Amino acid sequence: MSGRLHTIVALVENRPGVLNKIASKWRQRGFNIESLTVGHSETPGLSRMTFTVDGTTNDIEQVTKQLFKVIEVVKISDVTEQETVARELALIKVSTTKETRSAIIEIVDIFRAKIVDVAVDSLVVETTGTEDKVDALISMLTPYGLKELVRTGRVAMVRGGTSTVGAPQRNGQERHFKPAGEGKPKVGSLI
Amino acid sequence: MATQGKIKGAEIIMESLRKEGVDLIFGYPGGANLPMYDALHKYPDIRHILVRHEQAAAHAADAYARVTGKAGVCWATSGPGATNLVTGIANAWMDSVPLVCITGQVVSWLLGRDGFQEADITGITIPIVKQNWLVLNVEDIAPTIAEAFHVATTGRPGPVLVDIPRDVQQQLCEFEYPDKVDIPGYQPTVQGHPQQIKKAAALIAEAERPLILAGHGVVIARAAEELQELAEKADIPVITTLLGLGGFPGSHELYQGMPGMHGMYWNNIAIQEADVLIAIGMRFDDRVTGSLKDFAPKAKIIHIEVDPAEVGKNVPTAIPIVGDVKAVLQQLLPHVERARHDDWRNWFREMRRDHPSIAIPETEKILPQYVIKSIYDRSPGDAYYATGVGQHQMWAAQYFWGDNPYSFVTSGGLGTMGFEVPAAIGVQFARPQSTVWSFCGDGGFQMTMEELALCREYELPIKFAIINNHFLGMVRQWQDTFYDHNLSQVKMFQPDFVKLAEAMGIEAIRVTDKAMVPTAIDAALQHPGAVLIDFHVEHVEDCYPMMPPGVSLSDTIDQPPVAQLQEALR
Repeated sequence: MSGRLHTIVALVENRPGVLNKIASKWRQRGFNIESLTVGHSETPGLSRMTFTVDGTTNDIEQVTKQLFKVIEVVKISDVTEQETVARELALIKVSTTKETRSAIIEIVDIFRAKIVDVAVDSLVVETTGTEDKVDALISMLTPYGLKELVRTGRVAMVRGGTSTVGAPQRNGQERHFKPAGEGKPKVGSLI
Repeated sequence: MATQGKIKGAEIIMESLRKEGVDLIFGYPGGANLPMYDALHKYPDIRHILVRHEQAAAHAADAYARVTGKAGVCWATSGPGATNLVTGIANAWMDSVPLVCITGQVVSWLLGRDGFQEADITGITIPIVKQNWLVLNVEDIAPTIAEAFHVATTGRPGPVLVDIPRDVQQQLCEFEYPDKVDIPGYQPTVQGHPQQIKKAAALIAEAERPLILAGHGVVIARAAEELQELAEKADIPVITTLLGLGGFPGSHELYQGMPGMHGMYWNNIAIQEADVLIAIGMRFDDRVTGSLKDFAPKAKIIHIEVDPAEVGKNVPTAIPIVGDVKAVLQQLLPHVERARHDDWRNWFREMRRDHPSIAIPETEKILPQYVIKSIYDRSPGDAYYATGVGQHQMWAAQYFWGDNPYSFVTSGGLGTMGFEVPAAIGVQFARPQSTVWSFCGDGGFQMTMEELALCREYELPIKFAIINNHFLGMVRQWQDTFYDHNLSQVKMFQPDFVKLAEAMGIEAIRVTDKAMVPTAIDAALQHPGAVLIDFHVEHVEDCYPMMPPGVSLSDTIDQPPVAQLQEALR
């Protein structure tokens, strides 16, 4: 795909099958989703998704329009051109020895990352930041031996007071959305 | 357990369908929808039509919806019943037809365990429905069906599917139907933006060679009257896409026929010459545009369309107006100035005089075009026509110049062979008093001919015309034209269609002589029941005009090169 990485934020109803439908629209056009995060939003029953996709602005716009047609998608916006705060979280399990441990801790401090687990021969480092920062920390830790790495992918929010992908309001009141409930799905297609 | 006032889930389905004004269901029973069939007899006002294959249920409901403007409803059982609907659902999806499919599913505790006749039909249909639901609680049935009809019939219509496990159909619940549906992520635009409307009117007023390109949206929105008013007021020639046929009176002096791959030559050139192109309820399919970069180079495009995702998808537009076609045309009409475009109208007259396009040569042979034109000429003005896919479909479209609105039913987007038989059934149920013709290819007919038995059972007086060239004609034409005459798998053994029809209890005539064509048509029209006519037409006859795939509209070939014709006929 010739283009660049786009960040798309969507507000979706929290129901079974939604992720499948959204992923399917990208798949149909031959896009590869670089990263995808989903979690609860400020409104019960609505989740906010952030995904990053490589492509031309025109192609991305086409798919975004198609995604808006997915019934459970309440709002969707390509925020690539907007001022955003974008972060991701990574957990990095690094091999350690008595000799290397203090050097690793020094690197972790410089990056203002945290050590969240210690074992005789390893450390788990938690870091939050832009992808560049996470990449840099990983490259610094790699020589010591990466045992395991997990990254959340990008979450993004537009800067400033307005909410471009905020929950819809009605008559100034916040709308009520039926949460999907734990366990057994009520209505919806299974993922 | 108190059961007073409570009814079974299957009865809630029936009550919900009644609330939606449904009086006809096409379907097929099986293990997972037994409770629905058990409830059926309590609702004599809802008629069930038993098809012979679920694909036909979906196609018949699809055609019924196209003609009535109401949602079509079809039922199937789980597993193979549901998967047999898939082609029909995809067909309705591509042509934006409101279709509500209700499928039985294996009992809920067996879901995802590969139980007998389990298929993940909600998963399978995701890319070809507007929305689907797996209903796991009986109290969700009524609100889900209300939502299903709302989604299917509003905005850009389309198919939906409600999958209900058998145990949920049997659970008890009070019936309460929601008066209105409110889905936060689904708020279709109806009215056009007033500023855009004014801009469009101003652009139309400036135009010297304006052209209206009307599509299925005009038919779906039932906006033929508004379209005619616009065309007459501003004196604008009208061309309609394959699915737009019947959206404008064919005999009207402003009407110029169909453009596109097998459209009228003059229309393809007119698109290239127009200075303002008013595209109404259409989506610039590749069969209409040809090469996109060469499409309508001189035109500023006004695009009136209900689906915002279609705006700018294939061609850049000067003035997009998102909204319901009928509503937008009503908004636009008062702003449009009366005008005359005599030079442009003359341009059309001269082009049509100089380019024969659909003139039928004099010959003793039975040309398929002649058969189709004769059927149009001899049938009553309020007749309806369903077609399959291929050469006969293109000829049926080329020679359709009728005035009966919304009377041409065809599979456009998906191009589903075999559509012709079940589609004619759906049309005949929608219009029991009208003559219904089914234009069949000899290939496509063999895909769904099992439904002839249904015609006999329900005494449907459908007239089937098999345009029998003993070939998969369109594929044969492409192999001849683009694959160096390497005819591959386009000739097949053919059953005796006359005997086959008779076995199904249907009258049949075989026509092998040109003189018999009008006689057979008249006899079929006079017969009160169904009739099948097997027209043995010329085996090798190419469909022209033709715009080869991927080239510009300007390169449309009006008539085939004579040398090539001779070669083909050799």
